Formats: sequence, structure tokens, C-alpha cells
Amino acid sequence: MNDHIISFQERMDTAEFRVHHQAHIVVDGKVCADCSTRECVIACPANLFVPTSDGGIVFNYEQCFECGTCYIVCNREGAISWHYPEGGHGVVFRRT
Amino acid sequence: MSTPDVDVVVVGAGPAGSCAAIVAARAGLSVVLLERGPFPGSKNMYGGVVYPRILDGLIPNWWEEAPIQRWVTRRSTMLLTDTQALTVDFRSEAWGQPPYNGATAFRPDWDHWLASHAEAAGAQLLTDTTVVGLLRDAGGAVTGVRTDRPDGDLTARVVIACDGVNSFLAKEAGLYEHTDAKHFTLGVKETLALPKEVIDERFAVRERHGVDIEILGGTGKVNGGGFLYTGLDTLAVGVVLKLPKLAAQQQRPEQIIAGLKQHPAIAPLVQGAELKEYSAHLIPEAGLTMMPKMTMPGMLVAGDAAALCLAAGIWLEGVNFAMASGMYAAEAAVEAVQKGDTSATGLAGYQRRLSDTFVLKDHRKLRRAPELVLSDRVQHLYPTMVANVVERMFHVDNPNPKPGVRRILDQERRKAGVRRRDLLRDGWTGFRSFG
Ligand SMILES: Cc1cc2nc3c(=O)[nH]c(=O)nc-3n(C[C@H](O)[C@H](O)[C@H](O)COP(=O)(O)OP(=O)(O)OC[C@H]3O[C@@H](n4cnc5c(N)ncnc54)[C@H](O)[C@@H]3O)c2cc1C
Ligand code: SF4
Ligand code: SF4
Repeated sequence: MNDHIISFQERMDTAEFRVHHQAHIVVDGKVCADCSTRECVIACPANLFVPTSDGGIVFNYEQCFECGTCYIVCNREGAISWHYPEGGHGVVFRRT
Repeated sequence: MSTPDVDVVVVGAGPAGSCAAIVAARAGLSVVLLERGPFPGSKNMYGGVVYPRILDGLIPNWWEEAPIQRWVTRRSTMLLTDTQALTVDFRSEAWGQPPYNGATAFRPDWDHWLASHAEAAGAQLLTDTTVVGLLRDAGGAVTGVRTDRPDGDLTARVVIACDGVNSFLAKEAGLYEHTDAKHFTLGVKETLALPKEVIDERFAVRERHGVDIEILGGTGKVNGGGFLYTGLDTLAVGVVLKLPKLAAQQQRPEQIIAGLKQHPAIAPLVQGAELKEYSAHLIPEAGLTMMPKMTMPGMLVAGDAAALCLAAGIWLEGVNFAMASGMYAAEAAVEAVQKGDTSATGLAGYQRRLSDTFVLKDHRKLRRAPELVLSDRVQHLYPTMVANVVERMFHVDNPNPKPGVRRILDQERRKAGVRRRDLLRDGWTGFRSFG
């Protein structure tokens, strides 16, 4: 417990996500392949944009805070198509 | 035109939406309050301090029932460099007694509680429902919303959009000119578990009294700020980060929090506390600079959806601005429905109320503050300069005599690479904003 470094996955597992089978955010890998700035990779608080060895980006929508950071920092037209998840799905912060 | 399903549809059961629904329902209007989360507050996070006095008229003696964690009786403002900390610390016993000042609270608790008042007033709360678009008539006036439920169209005389910082409704209606990354900060937060007695001891408070620490510096190369708040048996520690700056360097948000937690002034306060929840949310940071048009035929926009959050460095208040603007929007909607005129003219009471109250008065007063506080000089040059000045003032360097403060100031200013002209100008801007 005492100040042990937790992994990023452990960090994300502290929040609840009611995952819908349909992705609410879709990233177009073709657009990302030409992107050298990669703002999303640093800025996404859930670390959902992962560069691949062949210069692409893999994106997984499941543990997303629905914050909107990615579509605001990405300035490449068409890279990100962003919607809220269907009602009742997605992140759920807990009551005490 | 056929009769609308309801008088008022409120989109979003955050503080703005629930207060709007309470006011409209109490005035006898039929109200539906739509929320995309499974319960009000489930999607919402913030730093942690509410200033609820605006509720006095709406929920008398709200403090007897509101789900608060601690009453803030101690407020500190901290300036950090890598190795130094300068703190201005204030405490007041008055803030620990009714009617109080600020309180720490969790949003899932707070928003849930406020929405229960909307329901008690007669509003119909529909959760698990995402609004996906606006319904509009041939002239462009808003006539309702489309939801993601089967047969999910809902028509209304007035729609009040309280759908938060990303407000797709305000954007769809064309009320924002554009979305500019530099108008936003990303807030990331860790809720940490720590026994109440340990918190009481570390932060020198007792009973339900608590602490609000606002931090300037401590966010590495990214312009922003930090905060540390006490819950009953939790701490909230987090940072707000200017988006373009964040994206342009190599440190991720959780690493910046980790850096803050390791600072010698913060580490002893959070030591041993275990991560309970990690969360993130955007803040509309730019105040007046980014505010959209808030009134159009058939629709009003309130709260973060209208960028009404006040983010000015040592102030981070959005919940009170959201609650107030939601109330004022509903008052205007009630007037308009009663007059039978929900055109922009019929709804003009909203803008008037915003202008006449703290909502826009505070924003006007502090209009230069967000930019000043997040400027490179305030973020990266002044903390070191100020901390060094204080360090040298209190550093006893015998056998050398004490140097004069003026000389120290001038030397440190030059060492930090700050031009006198800029310092004077920033000082003047700060004085005009905050003074
Ligand atoms: C890190 C951080 C720290 C902060 N600290 C403080 C603080 O200490 N004190 C303070 O007063 N303020 C603080 N704020 C600001 C404050 O959180 C906001 O200003 C406030 O929450 C705005 O309230 P709102 O009702 O306008 O919007 P929100 O609270 O965002 O509520 C919007 C609601 O609408 C719902 N919604 C959105 N879109 C749809 C849709 N299409 N269909 C259905 N429902 C929808 C959402 O689920 C949500 O419930 C902070 C913010 C952040 C991010
Ligand atoms: S999402 Fe945008 S910022 Fe991220 S890699 Fe793709 S194009 Fe670049
Ligand atoms: S919305 Fe926020 S959490 Fe979700 S992918 Fe985008 S940046 Fe990451």
C-alpha cells in the first residue's frame, strides 16, 4: 500500500466502465498514419491511443472518461469521430 | 404547430440542469430532465469544493441535508518550485458554522441529491438517456430534442441545454463560433483513501472541518495548476493542464500528478494514501473569451455548456455558476412560457439576469485573470523568482548582513529573466483583475 507504484491498468481499474458493444469513438488509422504530432498519445488521460511499431495508432474505447480531450487536441480533420456512448453506458463515477 | 409534449426539457442533470428543473417545476411547468448517465452525477467529476449559498432561496437550510464531506475552514494558496514552497494559509471558524462558505463534496453524491429535489418539485427525471440532437422548425427555432431511446423525440416549448463542457447542443445550434484547444484545461484527479484521524492530524483540522489547497507551479512544463482537498476520509489531489501545452510536451497527465505528489511540500500530506479512483474531465477555462451566445428561439444554454465556469487561478468555481445560471435560465423560461413567447425576445430575461448577478459580473471583473494565471511568465518564471526572494529574506547568511529586499527583488528578477516592464504590467493586470 505505502506509496507503491501502481500500473496504469490498476489505475484505470479504479473507475467503473459499463462498456457498450458499440464504440462511441472511432479513430481513422489512415489519417493517424500521416500524423507526426500525436497530441492524443500524450494528452488522453486514459492512455487509449497507443502508437504501433509500424507508425499507426491503435485505439480502444472501452475505458474512456468521455472527457473530449482527444477530439479537441487533434487537429486533423476526420481522424476522430466522437460521440457520447448510448445512455447508461460508459464511465460511472461512484457514489460514496 | 401541435402541442409540445412538455413545457421544458432540461438536458443534463448536473448542477445547472437540476437547478433549472427545480425552478421550472416549482413554477408549475411540466419538466423532463434528461441525463445520459445511469444516475445524476455518475459522469461528473471536479476538484472538490462547492460554494452553495446560491441555494439559500431554493433549498432553505440546505446545509442540514446536503451530502457534504467537510466544511472548508482552512484555505491555502501554495506556490511551488521544484524544491521550494511558499504558502499563504488562512483559517476561519466562521466558515465552519451555518451558513458556511465552501464544502468538499463528491459530485455523484451532490448531483444525485440536487436531482432528487428536482424530482420532488415534480420534474420527471429520465436517466440512461443520451440526447443526440435538436429538433428545429423551419425557421430554425428549437422545438425539442432527439434522444437515443426508441421513439425518442421529445418536443418542448423551451429546451434548456445544461449538457456540460462539450455541449454538443450549443455547437449543433451554431452558438459557438469555434472550438479552440487553448480555451480548455484538462483536469485529472486522484481520490485517495486515508483514515479521518490521519487527515485531521496532518491538516490540523477537527470534526467536519477541512482544507482547500490551491497550487500554482508543480505541473512541470505544462501550464496549469494543482489542488489538494480533504474529504472526510479521502484526499483529492489533482492538476489542471492547459491543453495545447499538455499535448506539446512529453509528460502524461498521471505522471504530472505523480510529480506533484512527490513534491517535498505535498508528499508528507499524501503519504500512504491509497488510490480509490482516478478520473478526468475538461474545464472551459477561458471565460468571456469563449462564451457562446446563450439564447436562441426555443433554447437557453447554462452552466459549463455556456462556458460559465470561473477558472481564474486561485478561484476554480463552476458548480455555483452552473446552479445560478440554471436557475436564471429556468426563471426566464417560465416567463416566456407564461407569456406564450419563447422567441429570443421572450427569453431575454435570461441574459438580463446573468448580467445583473455575480455570474457575469465576476467574469467581467476577472476577465484577464485566466490568461494571466496561465501565462508563461506566471507559470514558469515568477514562482522561482518569488520563492528565491522569500528564501533570501529568511536565510541568515552571517557573517554577511541582511541584504535589502529591494536589492534581492531586483537581483532575482534579473536572474529569472523577467523584464521589469513585464513584471509591472502583469502586476497591474493582476491588481486590476483581483483587486
Ligand atoms: C478537475 C476539475 C476541478 C473542478 N473543481 C471545481 C471546484 O472545486 N469547485 C467548483 O465549483 N467547480 C469546479 N469545477 C468546475 C465544475 O465541475 C463545473 O463548472 C460544473 O460541473 C458545471 O456544471 P454543469 O451542470 O454546467 O455541467 P456538468 O456538471 O458537466 O453536467 C452536465 C450533465 O449533462 C449530462 N449530459 C451531457 N451531455 C448530455 C446529452 N447529450 N444527453 C444527456 N445528458 C447529457 C452529463 O452526463 C452531466 O450530468 C472543476 C472542474 C474540473 C474538471
Ligand atoms: S488522433 Fe489525431 S492527434 Fe492522434 S494520431 Fe490521429 S491524427 Fe494524430
Ligand atoms: S474522450 Fe478523453 S478519455 Fe476518452 S479517448 Fe478521448 S481523451 Fe481519452
